[in-house]
Amino acid sequence: MIYHDSKVLLEVRGLRATVNGIEILKGIDLTVRSGEVHAIMGTNGSGKSTLAKVLAGHGAYEVTGGSVLFQGSNLLELAPEERARAGVFLAFQYPIEIPGVANSHFLRLAYNTLQAQRGEDEFDPLEFEDFVREKMKLLEMNPDFLDRGVNEGFSGGEKKRNEILQMALLEPKLAILDETDSGLDIDALRIVTKGVNQLASKDNAIVLVTHYQRMLNYIEPDFVHVMRAGRIIKTGGKELALDLEMRGYDWIGAEHRAAVGA
Amino acid sequence: MSAVLQNLVNQPYKHGFVTEIESDVAPKGLNEDIIRLISTKKNEPEWLLDFRLKAYEQWLKMEEPKWPNVRYPAIDFQAISYYAAPKPKQKLNSMDEVDPELLRTFEKLGVPMHERAALAGVAVDVIFDSVSVATTYKQKLAEVGIIFCSISEAVHAHPDLVKQYLGTVVPVGDNYYAALNSAVFTDGTFCFIPKGVQCPMDLSTYFRINTEESGQFERTLIIAEEGASVSYLEGCTAPKFDTNQLHAAVVELVALDNADIKYSTVQNWYAGDENGLGGIYNFVTKRGLAKGINSRISWTQVETGSAITWKYPSCVLQGENSVGEFYSVAVTNNYQQADTGTKMVHIGKNTRSTIVSKGISAGHSNNSYRGLVRIAPTAAGARNYSQCDSMLIGDKCGAHTFPYIQVRNNSAKVEHEASTSKIGEDQLFYFAQRGIGNEEAVSMIINGFCKDVFQQLPMEFAVEATKLLGFKLEGSVG
Repeated sequence: MIYHDSKVLLEVRGLRATVNGIEILKGIDLTVRSGEVHAIMGTNGSGKSTLAKVLAGHGAYEVTGGSVLFQGSNLLELAPEERARAGVFLAFQYPIEIPGVANSHFLRLAYNTLQAQRGEDEFDPLEFEDFVREKMKLLEMNPDFLDRGVNEGFSGGEKKRNEILQMALLEPKLAILDETDSGLDIDALRIVTKGVNQLASKDNAIVLVTHYQRMLNYIEPDFVHVMRAGRIIKTGGKELALDLEMRGYDWIGAEHRAAVGA
Repeated sequence: MSAVLQNLVNQPYKHGFVTEIESDVAPKGLNEDIIRLISTKKNEPEWLLDFRLKAYEQWLKMEEPKWPNVRYPAIDFQAISYYAAPKPKQKLNSMDEVDPELLRTFEKLGVPMHERAALAGVAVDVIFDSVSVATTYKQKLAEVGIIFCSISEAVHAHPDLVKQYLGTVVPVGDNYYAALNSAVFTDGTFCFIPKGVQCPMDLSTYFRINTEESGQFERTLIIAEEGASVSYLEGCTAPKFDTNQLHAAVVELVALDNADIKYSTVQNWYAGDENGLGGIYNFVTKRGLAKGINSRISWTQVETGSAITWKYPSCVLQGENSVGEFYSVAVTNNYQQADTGTKMVHIGKNTRSTIVSKGISAGHSNNSYRGLVRIAPTAAGARNYSQCDSMLIGDKCGAHTFPYIQVRNNSAKVEHEASTSKIGEDQLFYFAQRGIGNEEAVSMIINGFCKDVFQQLPMEFAVEATKLLGFKLEGSVG
């Protein structure tokens, strides 16, 4: 939701990034204020997942230009774990499996790291169990998730729920959801988006990276950005997503080419 | 990221120091005279000298095995001193009599053995440069009839037992290094659990190689009579030297009817420096004979050290319904080479074996699993389950699997599963994105990977092993 008095949380200016020497992001500008929900859409290969990973600090990408301010500070000089502790959260498109490591152990370590950062007491396993079980209700998760290996043998839907559970635990300032809707059936999509909606507040912001409009039926965006070839070529309100659903992506590309005289 | 990986793995060896204790060292070289010297120094009976000479004779006719997937310059067996004993040599009745220098060494290693023994209820038979210096808890064990002493002592105090079992599981001519060991072994551990006795505590030996260029040839013999059970812990660490040190131990286990022997090892010998210079050559023959019905032999090993490891703790499942187990974690880093695994030889009916092997390779190292499952024609209803998982850290290391399966009874069931995974940037990024730094992430991933093996270790050993892996791989991932 757009609030008139809200502060700028994220300010991306002219961001360029390469992977293996190939430029993927070719000058991204994006401003996100707290309370807002942004959707970043685009075809495969347009650079939207790359943008998500670059903001979170994935080491495979090299930033070659531009700037990113997060709450007024230079985000790019922080290590990935420092960005996470500062409140940048990425829900992964393909959450990683960690065999043999109990989910509860992983979640508690992540939570306690944050607690330590905030100067608060760490939770012991019993305290944490009570705390996490409450959060799990939000996502209609079975408690046996806690005892299984992290994402080990989880279905696609279970993995995505586990991502949002982590978002619920870590309460980030900026949550970037990278294709969280992919691989979800309609029930799982409803549960996951309901969870995200409950976590959204005027103090945080959500950036949804998605291919399809269907997720936006559940989480209403304030802004929709369309990416193509490493740039945001169009920004609009939620109606833009509906247009895309009906007309596809090609017309925007054509319009953009016309506008830049290419 | 590979730089961070490298840093994590390249933690210098923390136990590299030499204790200055005067050693009584035999001249370099190997011949009959040296063997007679060893036997005389140890005041041995004639039959043991014969045992040694027979082994030496066989060894002369044998060739060093070339089949392991390891590379090293030829060993000059004449350049090694085969006997070193710390002075003073007299028997000690308590820890107070132990050379304070030696005690300080243990302190540095973080193994305050007297405390450790008292706190954990572990009896420690300390092997220091091939001669037992102190044995604790012997009295307590003696009360239930357990014999736990150095093998030299056993040769004198219990000659019939030693004579009856020595070389019955690993014959003198079994293989090149076993033959060498049989010829020149200087000391080791003897353990005898009489009929029906459950050993009241874990028995433990800390090995430590000290004198430079003195090969170490340990000999361990453990016998569990009918219905007896014992858990034995072996832990190793050695000081840092540039010259390679040969270590060729032999361990023999015998389990009679309904007996149970659990043998756990945590090995952290000097592995050489980050350029592959120095380090221990560890060529070990370990074998258990599950002789009686319903007997069980279980090996658990956590191998983190040595420049070269050549080691296959095996089970010969002779008794009906006997069980063999092998749980292994082998970590190699820098230029370490490990060729390790097990042999499960099924002879008796309805014998069962389980193999769980976890190999972790980092740096420029090579880590091979080599395992044999043999089902003899007599082993009706035999079953084996093998699981071999490899994990790679970085892109300059190697993981290899050599499973051999020979089934000669068609009622047998043999299963083999294998996997290879890699600690990669994506995994570490996932942790980092949740605020968890690289070192903690690696430790968590590794411990998750090794969980099935660690949970087989006795509690205090499991804690030690977890820490050890953490520090072996520190700086290797990032």
